[in-house]
Amino acid sequence: MDLITTFFNLRVLADTFPLLLQGLGITVLLGAVSIVLGFVAGLLMALLRLYGPAPLRTLARIYIDVFRSIPLLVLLVLVYYALPFVGVRLSSFAAATTALSVVSCAYTAEIFRAGIEAIPKGQFEAAGAIGLSFFDTMRDVVLPQALRIVTPPLTSNCINVLKDTALASVVAMPDLLKQATQAQALSANPTPLIGAALLYLALLLPLVRLVGWFETRRPGDTR
Amino acid sequence: MTALIQITGLHKSYGAFHALRGIDLDIAAGEVVVVVGPSGSGKSTLIRCINLLEDYQRGEVRVDGEKVGRGKALARVRAEVGMVFQSFNLFPHLSALRNVALGPLRVRGMPRRDAEERARALLAKVGLAEHADKLPGQLSGGQQQRVAIARALAMEPKVLLFDEPTSALDPEMVGEVLAVMQALAHTGVTMVIVTHEMGFARRVADRVVFMEAGLVVEQGAPEAFFSAPREPRTQAFLQAVFHH
Repeated sequence: MDLITTFFNLRVLADTFPLLLQGLGITVLLGAVSIVLGFVAGLLMALLRLYGPAPLRTLARIYIDVFRSIPLLVLLVLVYYALPFVGVRLSSFAAATTALSVVSCAYTAEIFRAGIEAIPKGQFEAAGAIGLSFFDTMRDVVLPQALRIVTPPLTSNCINVLKDTALASVVAMPDLLKQATQAQALSANPTPLIGAALLYLALLLPLVRLVGWFETRRPGDTR
Repeated sequence: MTALIQITGLHKSYGAFHALRGIDLDIAAGEVVVVVGPSGSGKSTLIRCINLLEDYQRGEVRVDGEKVGRGKALARVRAEVGMVFQSFNLFPHLSALRNVALGPLRVRGMPRRDAEERARALLAKVGLAEHADKLPGQLSGGQQQRVAIARALAMEPKVLLFDEPTSALDPEMVGEVLAVMQALAHTGVTMVIVTHEMGFARRVADRVVFMEAGLVVEQGAPEAFFSAPREPRTQAFLQAVFHH
Protein backbone atom coordinates (compact mmCIF):
# COMPACT_ATOMS: atom_id res chain seq x y z
CA MET A 1 0.00 0.00 0.00
CA ASP A 2 1.55 3.32 -0.99
CA LEU A 3 1.07 6.71 0.59
CA ILE A 4 -1.57 7.86 -1.85
CA THR A 5 -3.88 4.91 -1.28
CA THR A 6 -3.33 5.24 2.46
CA PHE A 7 -3.90 8.94 3.00
CA PHE A 8 -5.70 10.12 -0.14
CA ASN A 9 -7.79 7.11 -0.99
CA LEU A 10 -10.35 8.53 -3.40
CA ARG A 11 -12.70 5.56 -3.11
CA VAL A 12 -12.81 5.83 0.67
CA LEU A 13 -13.21 9.58 0.40
CA ALA A 14 -16.11 9.24 -2.02
CA ASP A 15 -17.80 6.68 0.27
CA THR A 16 -17.46 8.78 3.40
CA PHE A 17 -17.84 12.26 1.95
CA PRO A 18 -21.62 12.51 2.56
CA LEU A 19 -20.97 11.67 6.20
CA LEU A 20 -18.26 14.33 6.41
CA LEU A 21 -20.58 16.92 4.86
CA GLN A 22 -23.24 16.06 7.42
CA GLY A 23 -20.65 16.58 10.13
CA LEU A 24 -19.60 19.88 8.55
CA GLY A 25 -23.23 21.00 8.60
CA ILE A 26 -23.48 20.29 12.31
CA THR A 27 -20.15 21.96 12.99
CA VAL A 28 -21.29 25.09 11.18
CA LEU A 29 -24.70 25.07 12.89
CA LEU A 30 -23.12 24.58 16.32
CA GLY A 31 -20.61 27.33 15.64
CA ALA A 32 -23.18 29.76 14.26
CA VAL A 33 -25.64 29.33 17.11
CA SER A 34 -22.87 29.69 19.70
CA ILE A 35 -21.45 32.76 17.96
CA VAL A 36 -24.84 34.49 17.80
CA LEU A 37 -25.71 33.67 21.43
CA GLY A 38 -22.22 34.64 22.57
CA PHE A 39 -22.45 37.93 20.64
CA VAL A 40 -25.77 39.02 22.11
CA ALA A 41 -24.91 37.89 25.64
CA GLY A 42 -21.39 39.32 25.36
CA LEU A 43 -22.69 42.74 24.36
CA LEU A 44 -25.10 42.78 27.31
CA MET A 45 -22.33 41.54 29.60
CA ALA A 46 -20.00 44.33 28.43
CA LEU A 47 -22.69 46.95 29.13
CA LEU A 48 -23.31 45.47 32.58
CA ARG A 49 -19.58 45.35 33.25
CA LEU A 50 -19.22 49.04 32.30
CA TYR A 51 -22.49 50.67 33.33
CA GLY A 52 -24.40 48.29 35.60
CA PRO A 53 -25.04 48.94 39.29
CA ALA A 54 -21.95 48.17 41.39
CA PRO A 55 -22.90 44.59 42.47
CA LEU A 56 -23.80 43.57 38.91
CA ARG A 57 -20.59 45.14 37.63
CA THR A 58 -18.64 42.96 40.03
CA LEU A 59 -20.60 39.85 39.05
CA ALA A 60 -20.01 40.57 35.37
CA ARG A 61 -16.29 40.94 36.00
CA ILE A 62 -16.20 37.64 37.89
CA TYR A 63 -18.14 35.90 35.13
CA ILE A 64 -15.77 37.22 32.47
CA ASP A 65 -12.65 36.26 34.43
CA VAL A 66 -13.91 32.77 35.31
CA PHE A 67 -15.00 31.79 31.81
CA ARG A 68 -11.88 33.16 30.19
CA SER A 69 -9.85 31.04 32.60
CA ILE A 70 -11.60 27.68 32.48
CA PRO A 71 -10.50 25.34 29.67
CA LEU A 72 -13.40 24.84 27.28
CA LEU A 73 -13.00 21.08 27.28
CA VAL A 74 -13.28 21.00 31.06
CA LEU A 75 -16.40 23.15 30.95
CA LEU A 76 -17.93 20.98 28.25
CA VAL A 77 -17.32 17.79 30.23
CA LEU A 78 -18.77 19.43 33.33
CA VAL A 79 -21.92 20.51 31.50
CA TYR A 80 -22.42 17.15 29.83
CA TYR A 81 -21.28 14.68 32.48
CA ALA A 82 -21.66 16.55 35.80
CA LEU A 83 -24.90 18.49 35.42
CA PRO A 84 -27.00 15.31 35.08
CA PHE A 85 -26.17 14.60 38.73
CA VAL A 86 -28.24 17.68 39.66
CA GLY A 87 -30.99 16.71 37.25
CA VAL A 88 -29.91 18.89 34.31
CA ARG A 89 -29.65 16.54 31.36
CA LEU A 90 -28.67 18.33 28.15
CA SER A 91 -28.43 16.80 24.69
CA SER A 92 -24.92 16.81 23.28
CA PHE A 93 -25.88 19.71 20.98
CA ALA A 94 -27.35 21.74 23.85
CA ALA A 95 -24.36 20.97 26.08
CA ALA A 96 -21.88 21.97 23.39
CA THR A 97 -23.83 25.13 22.53
CA THR A 98 -24.01 26.09 26.20
CA ALA A 99 -20.31 25.62 26.84
CA LEU A 100 -19.25 27.36 23.63
CA SER A 101 -21.54 30.36 24.01
CA VAL A 102 -20.87 30.82 27.72
CA VAL A 103 -17.15 31.11 26.96
CA SER A 104 -17.65 33.12 23.77
CA CYS A 105 -19.81 35.53 25.78
CA ALA A 106 -16.91 36.19 28.15
CA TYR A 107 -14.45 36.91 25.34
CA THR A 108 -16.98 38.96 23.37
CA ALA A 109 -17.71 41.05 26.47
CA GLU A 110 -14.03 41.91 26.86
CA ILE A 111 -13.78 42.79 23.17
CA PHE A 112 -16.82 45.07 23.35
CA ARG A 113 -15.59 46.68 26.56
CA ALA A 114 -12.30 47.58 24.89
CA GLY A 115 -14.19 48.91 21.87
CA ILE A 116 -16.55 51.06 23.93
CA GLU A 117 -13.69 52.38 26.04
CA ALA A 118 -11.88 53.42 22.87
CA ILE A 119 -14.68 55.86 21.95
CA PRO A 120 -13.56 59.39 22.85
CA LYS A 121 -15.19 61.01 25.87
CA GLY A 122 -16.33 63.88 23.64
CA GLN A 123 -18.75 61.54 21.86
CA PHE A 124 -20.50 60.73 25.13
CA GLU A 125 -20.53 64.42 26.06
CA ALA A 126 -21.98 65.47 22.71
CA ALA A 127 -24.68 62.80 22.99
CA GLY A 128 -25.44 63.86 26.56
CA ALA A 129 -25.51 67.53 25.62
CA ILE A 130 -28.32 67.03 23.12
CA GLY A 131 -30.25 65.08 25.75
CA LEU A 132 -29.94 61.56 24.32
CA SER A 133 -30.87 58.80 26.76
CA PHE A 134 -28.35 56.13 27.70
CA PHE A 135 -30.05 53.68 25.33
CA ASP A 136 -30.04 56.10 22.40
CA THR A 137 -26.44 57.11 23.12
CA MET A 138 -25.40 53.47 22.88
CA ARG A 139 -27.54 52.61 19.86
CA ASP A 140 -26.94 55.68 17.73
CA VAL A 141 -23.53 56.97 18.79
CA VAL A 142 -21.31 54.57 20.71
CA LEU A 143 -22.02 51.05 19.49
CA PRO A 144 -21.91 51.79 15.75
CA GLN A 145 -18.43 53.26 16.23
CA ALA A 146 -17.32 50.58 18.66
CA LEU A 147 -18.49 47.84 16.32
CA ARG A 148 -16.12 49.08 13.62
CA ILE A 149 -13.23 49.01 16.03
CA VAL A 150 -13.97 45.50 17.30
CA THR A 151 -14.79 43.81 13.99
CA PRO A 152 -11.27 42.29 13.64
CA PRO A 153 -11.09 40.85 17.18
CA LEU A 154 -14.71 39.68 16.93
CA THR A 155 -13.86 37.84 13.74
CA SER A 156 -10.89 36.24 15.51
CA ASN A 157 -13.23 35.13 18.25
CA CYS A 158 -15.57 33.58 15.66
CA ILE A 159 -12.63 31.60 14.31
CA ASN A 160 -11.87 30.34 17.81
CA VAL A 161 -15.47 29.29 18.41
CA LEU A 162 -15.62 27.44 15.10
CA LYS A 163 -12.36 25.64 15.85
CA ASP A 164 -13.49 24.78 19.37
CA THR A 165 -16.62 23.09 18.03
CA ALA A 166 -14.34 20.12 17.37
CA LEU A 167 -14.22 19.56 21.14
CA ALA A 168 -17.92 18.67 20.99
CA SER A 169 -16.96 15.28 19.53
CA VAL A 170 -15.99 14.42 23.12
CA VAL A 171 -19.64 14.56 24.17
CA ALA A 172 -20.80 12.33 21.32
CA MET A 173 -21.74 15.23 19.06
CA PRO A 174 -21.75 14.00 15.43
CA ASP A 175 -19.78 17.02 14.23
CA LEU A 176 -17.19 17.00 11.48
CA LEU A 177 -14.38 15.56 13.61
CA LYS A 178 -16.60 12.85 15.15
CA GLN A 179 -17.93 11.80 11.74
CA ALA A 180 -14.38 11.66 10.41
CA THR A 181 -13.08 9.47 13.23
CA GLN A 182 -16.06 7.16 12.85
CA ALA A 183 -15.60 6.96 9.09
CA GLN A 184 -11.92 6.23 9.65
CA ALA A 185 -12.80 3.35 11.98
CA LEU A 186 -15.35 1.92 9.54
CA SER A 187 -13.15 2.10 6.48
CA ALA A 188 -9.95 1.26 8.34
CA ASN A 189 -8.31 4.10 6.45
CA PRO A 190 -7.24 7.60 7.60
CA THR A 191 -8.43 9.39 4.45
CA PRO A 192 -11.63 10.72 6.12
CA LEU A 193 -9.45 12.46 8.72
CA ILE A 194 -7.52 14.17 5.93
CA GLY A 195 -10.85 15.10 4.35
CA ALA A 196 -12.08 16.57 7.61
CA ALA A 197 -8.90 18.57 8.06
CA LEU A 198 -9.30 19.97 4.55
CA LEU A 199 -12.94 20.87 5.23
CA TYR A 200 -11.92 22.72 8.43
CA LEU A 201 -9.34 24.61 6.40
CA ALA A 202 -11.88 25.45 3.70
CA LEU A 203 -14.16 26.85 6.39
CA LEU A 204 -11.60 28.78 8.41
CA LEU A 205 -8.85 29.91 6.04
CA PRO A 206 -11.07 32.59 4.46
CA LEU A 207 -11.90 33.95 7.92
CA VAL A 208 -8.25 33.97 8.92
CA ARG A 209 -7.44 35.82 5.69
CA LEU A 210 -10.23 38.28 6.46
CA VAL A 211 -8.65 39.10 9.82
CA GLY A 212 -5.29 39.49 8.10
CA TRP A 213 -6.92 41.90 5.66
CA PHE A 214 -8.45 43.91 8.52
CA GLU A 215 -5.01 44.23 10.08
CA THR A 216 -3.17 45.39 6.97
CA ARG A 217 -5.80 48.01 6.24
CA ARG A 218 -4.78 51.35 7.71
CA PRO A 219 -7.02 52.43 10.59
CA GLY A 220 -8.02 55.65 8.82
CA ASP A 221 -9.64 53.71 5.99
CA THR A 222 -12.65 52.72 8.03
CA ARG A 223 -14.14 56.21 7.88
CA MET B 1 -37.83 88.95 36.42
CA THR B 2 -35.78 85.93 37.35
CA ALA B 3 -32.73 85.02 35.34
CA LEU B 4 -32.81 82.13 32.87
CA ILE B 5 -29.55 80.76 34.26
CA GLN B 6 -28.86 81.19 37.97
CA ILE B 7 -25.50 80.05 39.30
CA THR B 8 -25.08 80.36 43.06
CA GLY B 9 -22.07 79.62 45.24
CA LEU B 10 -20.53 77.17 42.78
CA HIS B 11 -17.43 75.32 43.96
CA LYS B 12 -15.58 72.66 42.00
CA SER B 13 -12.34 70.83 42.71
CA TYR B 14 -10.31 68.32 40.77
CA GLY B 15 -8.64 66.57 43.67
CA ALA B 16 -6.55 69.24 45.38
CA PHE B 17 -7.03 71.77 42.56
CA HIS B 18 -9.80 74.23 43.35
CA ALA B 19 -11.08 75.05 39.85
CA LEU B 20 -14.14 77.11 40.81
CA ARG B 21 -14.07 79.00 44.10
CA GLY B 22 -17.57 80.32 44.59
CA ILE B 23 -19.19 81.57 41.39
CA ASP B 24 -22.38 83.61 41.47
CA LEU B 25 -23.71 84.53 38.05
CA ASP B 26 -27.18 85.29 36.70
CA ILE B 27 -27.83 85.35 32.99
CA ALA B 28 -31.01 86.79 31.55
CA ALA B 29 -33.05 85.23 28.77
CA GLY B 30 -31.74 86.33 25.38
CA GLU B 31 -28.52 87.72 26.82
CA VAL B 32 -25.16 87.12 25.14
CA VAL B 33 -22.45 86.64 27.74
CA VAL B 34 -18.82 86.18 26.79
CA VAL B 35 -16.54 84.66 29.42
CA VAL B 36 -12.85 85.49 29.08
CA GLY B 37 -9.80 84.83 31.18
CA PRO B 38 -6.40 83.14 31.16
CA SER B 39 -6.02 79.38 30.63
CA GLY B 40 -6.90 77.46 33.76
CA SER B 41 -9.09 80.24 35.11
CA GLY B 42 -12.07 77.87 35.25
CA LYS B 43 -14.15 79.38 32.44
CA SER B 44 -14.62 76.12 30.52
CA THR B 45 -15.31 74.29 33.77
CA LEU B 46 -17.96 76.88 34.61
CA ILE B 47 -19.98 76.42 31.45
CA ARG B 48 -19.56 72.64 31.61
CA CYS B 49 -21.20 72.80 35.04
CA ILE B 50 -24.27 74.50 33.57
CA ASN B 51 -25.36 71.31 31.76
CA LEU B 52 -23.63 69.07 34.30
CA LEU B 53 -20.93 67.67 32.03
CA GLU B 54 -18.85 68.38 35.14
CA ASP B 55 -19.98 67.48 38.64
CA TYR B 56 -19.42 70.08 41.32
CA GLN B 57 -19.09 69.88 45.09
CA ARG B 58 -21.04 72.90 46.30
CA GLY B 59 -23.55 75.42 45.05
CA GLU B 60 -26.29 75.05 42.51
CA VAL B 61 -27.23 75.82 38.93
CA ARG B 62 -30.79 76.53 37.84
CA VAL B 63 -31.90 76.71 34.25
CA ASP B 64 -35.34 78.24 33.75
CA GLY B 65 -36.01 77.74 37.46
CA GLU B 66 -35.20 74.02 37.41
CA LYS B 67 -32.26 72.80 39.45
CA VAL B 68 -29.78 70.91 37.31
CA GLY B 69 -29.02 67.60 38.99
CA ARG B 70 -28.52 63.92 38.24
CA GLY B 71 -31.60 61.90 37.45
CA LYS B 72 -34.57 61.93 35.15
CA ALA B 73 -34.74 65.72 34.86
CA LEU B 74 -31.18 65.98 33.53
CA ALA B 75 -31.97 64.92 29.97
CA ARG B 76 -34.87 67.39 29.97
CA VAL B 77 -32.61 70.26 31.03
CA ARG B 78 -29.91 69.21 28.58
CA ALA B 79 -32.43 69.22 25.75
CA GLU B 80 -32.95 72.93 26.50
CA VAL B 81 -29.23 73.69 26.73
CA GLY B 82 -27.27 73.21 23.52
CA MET B 83 -23.50 72.93 23.57
CA VAL B 84 -20.77 73.55 21.03
CA PHE B 85 -17.41 72.03 21.86
CA GLN B 86 -13.87 73.08 21.10
CA SER B 87 -13.20 69.82 19.26
CA PHE B 88 -16.63 69.74 17.51
CA ASN B 89 -17.42 66.21 18.72
CA LEU B 90 -19.52 65.42 15.68
CA PHE B 91 -20.56 61.79 15.35
CA PRO B 92 -18.03 60.61 12.75
CA HIS B 93 -20.13 57.73 11.43
CA LEU B 94 -23.16 59.91 10.61
CA SER B 95 -23.61 62.39 7.77
CA ALA B 96 -23.87 66.09 8.61
CA LEU B 97 -27.62 65.81 8.10
CA ARG B 98 -28.02 62.89 10.47
CA ASN B 99 -25.79 64.53 13.06
CA VAL B 100 -28.19 67.45 13.11
CA ALA B 101 -31.38 65.36 12.89
CA LEU B 102 -30.47 62.91 15.66
CA GLY B 103 -31.59 65.05 18.60
CA PRO B 104 -35.01 66.01 17.19
CA LEU B 105 -35.54 62.42 16.09
CA ARG B 106 -34.67 60.73 19.39
CA VAL B 107 -35.20 63.35 22.07
CA ARG B 108 -38.13 65.26 20.59
CA GLY B 109 -39.64 62.14 19.02
CA MET B 110 -40.06 63.85 15.65
CA PRO B 111 -40.79 61.73 12.58
CA ARG B 112 -37.61 61.17 10.57
CA ARG B 113 -38.89 63.16 7.62
CA ASP B 114 -39.59 66.24 9.77
CA ALA B 115 -36.33 65.92 11.67
CA GLU B 116 -34.35 65.76 8.43
CA GLU B 117 -36.29 68.67 6.99
CA ARG B 118 -35.37 70.75 10.03
CA ALA B 119 -31.77 69.58 9.76
CA ARG B 120 -31.62 70.61 6.10
CA ALA B 121 -32.99 74.05 6.91
CA LEU B 122 -30.43 74.53 9.70
CA LEU B 123 -27.54 73.35 7.54
CA ALA B 124 -28.65 75.89 4.94
CA LYS B 125 -28.72 78.54 7.66
CA VAL B 126 -25.07 77.85 8.54
CA GLY B 127 -24.17 77.82 4.84
CA LEU B 128 -23.70 74.08 4.41
CA ALA B 129 -26.73 73.07 2.36
CA GLU B 130 -24.61 71.26 -0.25
CA HIS B 131 -22.66 69.34 2.38
CA ALA B 132 -25.62 67.69 4.10
CA ASP B 133 -24.71 64.17 3.00
CA LYS B 134 -21.00 64.34 3.76
CA LEU B 135 -19.38 62.66 6.74
CA PRO B 136 -17.63 64.93 9.25
CA GLY B 137 -14.25 63.59 8.12
CA GLN B 138 -14.90 65.02 4.65
CA LEU B 139 -15.46 68.53 5.98
CA SER B 140 -12.99 71.23 7.04
CA GLY B 141 -12.74 72.20 10.70
CA GLY B 142 -14.77 75.35 10.18
CA GLN B 143 -17.47 73.41 8.36
CA GLN B 144 -17.55 70.77 11.09
CA GLN B 145 -17.98 73.42 13.75
CA ARG B 146 -20.85 74.97 11.79
CA VAL B 147 -22.51 71.53 11.60
CA ALA B 148 -22.04 71.29 15.36
CA ILE B 149 -23.78 74.64 15.80
CA ALA B 150 -26.65 73.44 13.60
CA ARG B 151 -26.82 70.26 15.67
CA ALA B 152 -27.17 72.29 18.86
CA LEU B 153 -29.78 74.57 17.26
CA ALA B 154 -31.85 71.62 16.07
CA MET B 155 -33.09 71.08 19.62
CA GLU B 156 -34.40 74.67 19.66
CA PRO B 157 -32.60 75.24 22.94
CA LYS B 158 -33.19 78.17 25.25
CA VAL B 159 -29.48 78.35 25.96
CA LEU B 160 -26.42 77.76 23.78
CA LEU B 161 -23.09 77.14 25.45
CA PHE B 162 -19.93 77.62 23.40
CA ASP B 163 -16.75 76.11 24.87
CA GLU B 164 -13.88 77.78 23.00
CA PRO B 165 -15.56 77.09 19.64
CA THR B 166 -12.74 78.51 17.50
CA SER B 167 -9.69 77.42 19.49
CA ALA B 168 -9.14 74.21 17.51
CA LEU B 169 -9.57 75.88 14.12
CA ASP B 170 -6.99 77.00 11.60
CA PRO B 171 -6.91 80.81 11.61
CA GLU B 172 -8.56 81.17 8.19
CA MET B 173 -11.64 79.27 9.42
CA VAL B 174 -12.26 81.24 12.60
CA GLY B 175 -14.16 83.98 10.76
CA GLU B 176 -16.83 81.74 9.23
CA VAL B 177 -17.69 80.25 12.63
CA LEU B 178 -17.76 83.61 14.39
CA ALA B 179 -20.01 84.97 11.62
CA VAL B 180 -22.53 82.18 12.25
CA MET B 181 -22.40 82.88 15.98
CA GLN B 182 -22.82 86.59 15.48
CA ALA B 183 -25.87 85.97 13.28
CA LEU B 184 -27.40 83.92 16.12
CA ALA B 185 -26.83 86.54 18.80
CA HIS B 186 -29.87 88.58 19.78
CA THR B 187 -32.29 86.27 17.97
CA GLY B 188 -33.79 85.20 21.29
CA VAL B 189 -31.45 82.36 22.25
CA THR B 190 -29.33 82.94 25.34
CA MET B 191 -25.64 82.49 24.60
CA VAL B 192 -22.77 81.84 26.99
CA ILE B 193 -19.49 81.87 25.11
CA VAL B 194 -16.03 81.03 26.36
CA THR B 195 -13.54 82.42 23.88
CA HIS B 196 -10.23 84.15 23.36
CA GLU B 197 -11.64 86.21 20.46
CA MET B 198 -11.68 89.66 22.06
CA GLY B 199 -12.84 91.41 18.90
CA PHE B 200 -15.86 89.14 18.78
CA ALA B 201 -16.57 89.73 22.46
CA ARG B 202 -16.45 93.47 21.92
CA ARG B 203 -18.77 93.38 18.88
CA VAL B 204 -21.32 90.82 20.01
CA ALA B 205 -21.47 90.51 23.80
CA ASP B 206 -24.04 92.19 25.99
CA ARG B 207 -21.79 91.49 28.93
CA VAL B 208 -18.20 90.34 29.32
CA VAL B 209 -17.27 88.26 32.35
CA PHE B 210 -13.59 88.05 33.31
CA MET B 211 -12.51 85.04 35.33
CA GLU B 212 -9.24 84.26 37.01
CA ALA B 213 -8.24 81.49 39.39
CA GLY B 214 -11.78 80.17 39.73
CA LEU B 215 -13.43 83.51 40.51
CA VAL B 216 -15.33 86.13 38.57
CA VAL B 217 -13.02 89.13 38.92
CA GLU B 218 -14.92 91.69 36.90
CA GLN B 219 -17.86 91.95 34.55
CA GLY B 220 -19.54 94.62 32.55
CA ALA B 221 -20.66 95.90 29.18
CA PRO B 222 -17.97 95.33 26.54
CA GLU B 223 -17.31 99.02 25.90
CA ALA B 224 -16.52 99.76 29.53
CA PHE B 225 -14.80 96.41 30.07
CA PHE B 226 -12.33 96.80 27.24
CA SER B 227 -11.70 100.55 27.40
CA ALA B 228 -11.77 101.12 31.15
CA PRO B 229 -11.23 97.90 33.15
CA ARG B 230 -11.36 98.58 36.89
CA GLU B 231 -9.45 95.64 38.33
CA PRO B 232 -5.67 95.47 38.07
CA ARG B 233 -5.89 91.78 37.14
CA THR B 234 -8.25 92.56 34.28
CA GLN B 235 -5.94 95.33 33.14
CA ALA B 236 -2.97 92.97 33.19
CA PHE B 237 -4.88 90.31 31.26
CA LEU B 238 -6.07 92.71 28.57
CA GLN B 239 -2.61 94.23 28.35
CA ALA B 240 -1.15 90.76 27.73
CA VAL B 241 -3.82 89.83 25.17
CA PHE B 242 -3.63 92.99 23.11
CA HIS B 243 0.11 93.58 23.20
CA HIS B 244 1.59 90.16 22.66
